[in-house]
Amino acid sequence: MTLFRNVVFIAAIAGLVAGVVLACMQAYATVPLILKAEVYEQAGGGHTHDHAAAPAANAGDTNAMTSAAPAPAEAAAPEEEGWTPADGFERFAFNIVANVVTGIGFALILVAASEFAGGIGNWRQGLFWGFAGFAVFTLAPNLGLPPELPAMPAADLTQRQIWWTATVMATAAGLGLLAFRKSLPLALIAVALIVAPHIVGAPQPDSFESPIPEGLHHQFVVAVTLTNLVFWLVLGGIVGVVRGRLTGTATGLRDSFA
Amino acid sequence: MNTASVSLGTSVSSQSRFVQLALAAFLGIFVMGFVGFSHIDAVHNAAHDYRHSMAFPCH
Repeated sequence: MTLFRNVVFIAAIAGLVAGVVLACMQAYATVPLILKAEVYEQAGGGHTHDHAAAPAANAGDTNAMTSAAPAPAEAAAPEEEGWTPADGFERFAFNIVANVVTGIGFALILVAASEFAGGIGNWRQGLFWGFAGFAVFTLAPNLGLPPELPAMPAADLTQRQIWWTATVMATAAGLGLLAFRKSLPLALIAVALIVAPHIVGAPQPDSFESPIPEGLHHQFVVAVTLTNLVFWLVLGGIVGVVRGRLTGTATGLRDSFA
Repeated sequence: MNTASVSLGTSVSSQSRFVQLALAAFLGIFVMGFVGFSHIDAVHNAAHDYRHSMAFPCH
């Protein structure tokens, strides 16, 4: 199992670093927007979301959430919503953990997939692989299901998860065919695979009426897309560097990608 | 595309190579799926901000 061990080793390092980088970017770029949206959510008396269980008395004081006051979360009814990390440090800490754990998960997928194609030789190849990961896991699914803030209307959760998963798999297969098979019919099939999920269409909510201002949502979409782009580039680049060190080939001989 | 001539674990057979890489990929998919897609309330709440920030389907 030396190969498996090496893959896990590379993925652990790359996922750890990229996950921490992403968590730091989120702390500045996306989480403040989520907290803002939760203010609208509570003011609107939304009941579809976990944090909406906070008593109405807090509604006028919801800015406290942005100043990391733990009170609203503790006031939420835990027996209905299940355990929730307290706002402030605990919530931030769990966000870092989630980022690192899934960072390693994404890295395992990236390293395993790239080893099938011969492996990522250096950091520049890593950037291209990272960009492919960004296209597969962020760009493609977000076309149909844009990043959403709390309190925004959405279709049935399970249906959206199915569409998301199918889109990711179809896009990955399509990109793989385009990159590694040199035949016109396969290239056509690849394009069809990439386009098909969007012709089928993502599950949409019955009504797009939302208490969230359009400007806030747009800001969030941009923030999510860019933070994910940096995450994937860092992830791919570090996989290339660590793998190069491990195999002793980090000499830049294969700098050309084509 | 150029590929690295020195690959990881060159000593293993191609069949064992496939199994190990597939195992690593499935481990990654499982980890990602558990944190990002689990319907368990506590898991959802712990990774709530992460799910929104990654545009995983949420709620």
